[in-house]
This record gives sequence, structure tokens and C-alpha cells, in this order.
Amino acid sequence: MKLHLNKIDHRYGDMAVLQGIDLEIPSGRIVCLVGPSGCGKSTLLRIIGGLERPTGGEVLQMGEPSSDCLNPLTYIFQDFALLPWRSVEGNISLVIEDHGIRGAQARAIIDDVLARTKLTDFAKALPKQLSGGMKQRVAIARALAVNPAVMLMDEPLSALDSQTRELLMDDLIALWTRTPFTAVYVTHNLAEAVRLGHSIVVLSRRPGRIREIVHLDKPLAERSFGDADLEAQQKHLWTLMRDEARAADAELLDA
Amino acid sequence: MPDQSAQKKSRRVDFRGGGFAPKSRRWTGAIVFALIIIAAEVGTQTGFVSALTLPKPSDVLETFQDLYSSGLLWKHLGLSLSRLAIGAALGASIGVSVGILIGLFSYIRAGLVPLVAAIFPIPKIALLPLFVIWFGIDEGSKYALIAFGTFTPTVVATYGAVDNVDRTLIRMGQSFGLSWLSIVRKIVLPGAMPGILSGLRISLAIAIILLVAAEMLGAEFGIGAYILEAGSLYDLERLFAGVVILSLLGVLVSAIITVIERRLLGWRT
Repeated sequence: MKLHLNKIDHRYGDMAVLQGIDLEIPSGRIVCLVGPSGCGKSTLLRIIGGLERPTGGEVLQMGEPSSDCLNPLTYIFQDFALLPWRSVEGNISLVIEDHGIRGAQARAIIDDVLARTKLTDFAKALPKQLSGGMKQRVAIARALAVNPAVMLMDEPLSALDSQTRELLMDDLIALWTRTPFTAVYVTHNLAEAVRLGHSIVVLSRRPGRIREIVHLDKPLAERSFGDADLEAQQKHLWTLMRDEARAADAELLDA
Repeated sequence: MPDQSAQKKSRRVDFRGGGFAPKSRRWTGAIVFALIIIAAEVGTQTGFVSALTLPKPSDVLETFQDLYSSGLLWKHLGLSLSRLAIGAALGASIGVSVGILIGLFSYIRAGLVPLVAAIFPIPKIALLPLFVIWFGIDEGSKYALIAFGTFTPTVVATYGAVDNVDRTLIRMGQSFGLSWLSIVRKIVLPGAMPGILSGLRISLAIAIILLVAAEMLGAEFGIGAYILEAGSLYDLERLFAGVVILSLLGVLVSAIITVIERRLLGWRT
């Protein structure tokens, strides 16, 4: 299943946030959305997953998600959004029990996603006992449990320290390499974008428009920390964004 | 040389970051109680405090023992406890339900919040005559009074707690396609539980106050009746014995809520 964003416009009151966003999200690829703060990239992600209604335009699902998919558009949030009163497996079970999956079948799904995210030993732990990186692993496991057609990742690594971020990036790459998934990955971190993105969509400052789409052909598994060609791409992205970011930073907020 | 003199005048940096962090200090509360009682005992024994001002704690204890051995204690306490339990359970459960409805539905909120604000400050004791007409002179009016008094603070605490449930968790539930009922049951209710329980702490204390008030106005048995009778006879020992029972009841209720909090809210950091 792929997604097509058709002329998305969005405004809060008089303030235009997004303007004329036309974008294809191809199946089995990771599309990164980058842009200066306040450019509406997270808003766009909420619109894609139906958590916010755009002022104009529409998001189209092209094709059917696979039959075992419980929740086609599944988010991974920056602040993890785990229920603190449920254990790791309880948090995963939360999203499948509503689909009537219980007992042995639920057990199998939970065990599988815990193994894939290396969390098997933590199944009974409460979120408060886990580090930030572990919490985000649980959120990833929860997302995998519903077998999503598209993962919508809202700055999933931004709340983590830089070492943990590296570890989780490796995990995400390993997950994708085993079974390629479709994802929209919002980030303000260009290093993450060039590591994880098959294409990188650069948004302008508010009102957000697509400024440029950069395609990276190097396979994810071959990318690693500090690659010279990735650094060059990152530099290119930064030159695209620098003036915008500075202008956005100096803007007064009329909120 | 300036360098050397600077080195000579080295001084340790003083710690200044302490305090403002309450710690659990066991037994301190019990010691405060014991000190006050001992002071009262010593004062009344020596005659420093006259018997009319304060009864001797040892006499109060004796009265308490009489009450216990005569079997009247259980008669009073049993009736009072059942009134408290039924009234508070009614009021708290209706209060929690209405509070959740207010928290979830805008129309119910718009309609009921002003009403709750209007009945909150009414001294419920003033309505006892009305309740006697509505629910009868015996137990009904007492249940109603206690229920009514627990209802309002519970409603306010509950809808405040529902308002404070982390919206990102609710969005998460929606993004995973959870049904409305699942979101309420699995996200809103547990998330509101800390606020509901701390509201119950206040509501139940109010329930005890109203219990006594109801029993003072029309009951043969019950702690309130016992205290009223002692008071009108100026029997300070019995008065204090009754008051001590009430205090113990308050401590007990609060301890029960603490236990519930520990069991239900272990997930809190």
C-alpha cells in the first residue's frame, strides 16, 4: 500500500501552516520529512494518519493493506505514549486486544515483536523501570504488533540521548532490512534523515512547502555513522535549510 | 604573587541544596500524639489544668473501656459504620460516574458544572430537615445526607482528574483504532485514578463529619448521638471518648485509601 498526499493545505485560524503539499509515499521505503522548527512537519504527519483534518486537500491510500494488517497507519510518538500502568507486554496487548486477538494468538504476536525488538527479558517490566531507549523500543514493538502498512514516526529519537539514538537507528535499520516497511519519518535531525531516509523531503519554514526532495540510493544496511557521502548529503541539506532555520528562529510567535 | 594568594585562600564550597524534599519519617506522627496526650495527662494530674477544662486522658480511656465492656461501643460504632459505608459508597460512586461524564461530554459539562458549583457550598446539614421529609426520619435521610455531601467533592475531583489525563495517551489510543469504550476504560479511567483517589480522601473525611451531624440531629444510637448526649450532660470524658473514636475512624479511612493507592498506583514514579 502506498500513500498519496494531494494538495494538502492547513491553517490554524489566519496562520497558514502547510501549503500545497503534494507527495507520494512509495511502498517499502522510508520518507524523511525535515524542516526548520514550526514548519508544520509534525502537523503534516498527524494529517497523514488522520489525527488532524487538513483545511484543504486529502490523503489517499492507494491499494489495499495486507490482510493481516490490524491498523494500516500506525504512529510512533516522540514521547513514547506508553500507558504507565501497564507492563511492557500489557502495552502491546492493548493495541491487539481491541481487535479481538486474545489468548495464544496474542501471546504469539507479543512474543514475536518482543523478540524482534530485543525486549523478551523485559516483558513484565513497567515503563517507569525502563530507560528512554527501552521505552521507545516498546513503542516500536507495539507498532509492529498491529502489522502496519505505513509507520508514521514523529521524531521518535528526539527524546533520547545521542548514544541511545545511534543504537536505535541501528535497530531500525536492522528491522527494515529484515522486512522492509513503509514509513514517514519526521525529524529535525539531519543525521537521522540521511541514515534512515530513502528520500528526504525538505520543507520550507512556515507556511511549510516542499522545497526539495533528495533521493539517497545507498542501501540502508550499508550506511553507517560518519560516512563521507552521507556527511556531504547532510551538508547539502543544511545549506538548504540554514537560512530558513535562522529566519524561523527569529520569528515571533503569535500564539 | 596573586596566584599564590589565591591558592592559599581556598575554601570549601558549602552545600546549599538541601530541603524541600519531604521524606518518610516513621513514628514521628505517633510521637507527636503521645507527647500531647502525656502533656494533657501530666497537666490534669498535677492540677495545672482544671478538670473542667480538659478531662484526664486516663479517665477517657476508662470511659472507653466501660463503653467497650458494656457492649454499647459496637452498637454505636456498628450503626455509624453502616451509615458511613452506605452513604459514602452511594455518594462516591454516583460522584465518580457523574464526574467522568462531565469529563467526557461537553454538553454534560456545560450543564452540570454550574449546578455542582451551586450545590457545593450549601452546608448539607442545613438540608437535613428536607431529607427527613424526602427520605424518612430513620436511616434513609442519613444515607442521603452523607451521600449528598460526598457527591460534590467527588464530582469536582473526578472531572478534574479526567481533564488531566495525558492527551497524548488518548491520541495514541485513537491512532491505534481503539474503540471509544476501550479508550475510556483502559486509558481515561486508570489515568484519572490518582486524582479520583485523592479526591476520595477529602470526600470521605467530609462523610465522617456529616455522619456525626446527621446522628446529632436525630438518632438514638451512633457516635454522633453518643457525643451529643455526653455534651449535653457536660460529661467531658464521654465526649472525648467519642471524639477519639471519630479521629480513629478518620485515620482508618485514610489508611485504607493509602493501601488502595499503593495497590492501584504502583506504576507512578
